[in-house]
Amino acid sequence: MAPIPGSGLAKGLAVTLRTMTRKTVTAQYPEVQPELPPRTRGVIGLFEENCTVCMLCARECPDWCIYIDSHKETVPAAAPGGRERSRNVLDRFAIDFSLCMYCGICIEVCPFDALFWSPEFEYAETDIHELTHERDKLRQWMWTVPEPPALDPRAEEPKEVAAARKAAEKAAAQAAAQAASPAAAQGTDAQDTDAREDRP
Amino acid sequence: MNDALDVALRLLLVFLAFLVLPLVVGQTEHKVMAHMQGRLGPMYAGGFHGWAQLVADGVKFAQKEDIVPKDADRRVFQLAPAVALLPYLLVLVAVPVGPGDGAVGAVVDAGVFFVLAVMGVGVLGSLMAGWASANKFSLLGGLRTTAQLLAYELPMLLAAASVAMAAGTVSLTGILDGFAWWWVPWQITGALVFFVAGLAELQRPPFDMPVADSEIIFGAYTEYTGLRFALFLLAEYAGIVVLCALTSVLFLGGWHGPWGDAGLGWFWTLLKTAVLAFVVIWLRVSYPRLREDQLQKLAWTVLVPLALAQIALTGIVKVAIN
Repeated sequence: MAPIPGSGLAKGLAVTLRTMTRKTVTAQYPEVQPELPPRTRGVIGLFEENCTVCMLCARECPDWCIYIDSHKETVPAAAPGGRERSRNVLDRFAIDFSLCMYCGICIEVCPFDALFWSPEFEYAETDIHELTHERDKLRQWMWTVPEPPALDPRAEEPKEVAAARKAAEKAAAQAAAQAASPAAAQGTDAQDTDAREDRP
Repeated sequence: MNDALDVALRLLLVFLAFLVLPLVVGQTEHKVMAHMQGRLGPMYAGGFHGWAQLVADGVKFAQKEDIVPKDADRRVFQLAPAVALLPYLLVLVAVPVGPGDGAVGAVVDAGVFFVLAVMGVGVLGSLMAGWASANKFSLLGGLRTTAQLLAYELPMLLAAASVAMAAGTVSLTGILDGFAWWWVPWQITGALVFFVAGLAELQRPPFDMPVADSEIIFGAYTEYTGLRFALFLLAEYAGIVVLCALTSVLFLGGWHGPWGDAGLGWFWTLLKTAVLAFVVIWLRVSYPRLREDQLQKLAWTVLVPLALAQIALTGIVKVAIN
């Protein structure tokens, strides 16, 4: 069936009228802050207590915007007759955000969880040099890192939780076995048979 | 003395309406258009939802330099905005807002003629601006305005004539006195023709070929700046108010309402005018601009025959009633 003449005109009017009754999409940014998801790539925070100066982040960075200086310190032997150990001490950790392309590779490769994404994004500067955030500033960003979002319902258990749970179960089983074996050794006949029945 | 005071008071009220209503329509257009496009529109000026945006615009226009191009016809160029704006003020004087002689700026016996003739003068402002600017885009805009005026004045007059025939008078107050509710379905074709032709005469989208900014910059207004430009813009919105008021008076019964005609007449008139103004904005948001040939085709092959058919229908019904 051919469309009724003028139905297109009515459709056009309906579209605009419907749009008018719906919520607008305008973000009133300076007045109203945007609600950003926890994994937003705003700025990179450094949890320097975790950093071991392994330099993986600096070497993986595609545009070489991470600067790390460090020196070695010798730690005296912990026990008498022991060996002295050396330790890396972080002197400088800086990220040049005028070069950073927010790929997040440094955060991915960090084996000690020292780098984190923060959703903060309002750090524009009038001088490009000030976009190089030094260690103190990077540490300050850590306070803005939100806690990781909860897992989806019925999601797979996180690996570290699974490992910890297995270890705990193993330890509990050992403790139970140790508690059971002395009892079996000293027990009466009745207890002995009970213990035997328990075995498969 | 008392008469003079009375006249002065009426003119003052009409002048106030003339100053306020176009701005209200303009602000409504800002907001309605924005929301129809999923935006918020002005939000800063004046604090609450940008209510003072047009005041701010006016201040900005007043600050701008008033430039007259070197080769322009100076006096005509400077006079054009006034010619575009003032006719709408004159029309507003003759529009009745309530029953009786007390609710109209001035009772004009040949109201329909007066109103349509003076509205036609308003378009002359665009022609003057187009010719006097010494600019090819202005000239093109002026020519398009002329073509549009010629094409759409005819169906507009015919549609208005149909109402005058139905009422047996050309006085606006007389037409309203004779109005009955069944006139609305009877004259609906004429009303549509009148409204569409009026839109075209105001050069409102989708009939804004004369000012088509993507082709001829801003048509006849290309060379204008500052206050004179603001006056042209104001003329457009005053034109919307006048067109909507006239449509409601001629075809929708003006101050006739479901109840309270005597006291609430002005309210019904304003309400009908406001709803029509909303439709004007709505049409602007919804439809793309008509091409020049489509524009002419619509007038001559659709609106004129429809208006003639309406006149024939009016005549037949009129004879049948008598």
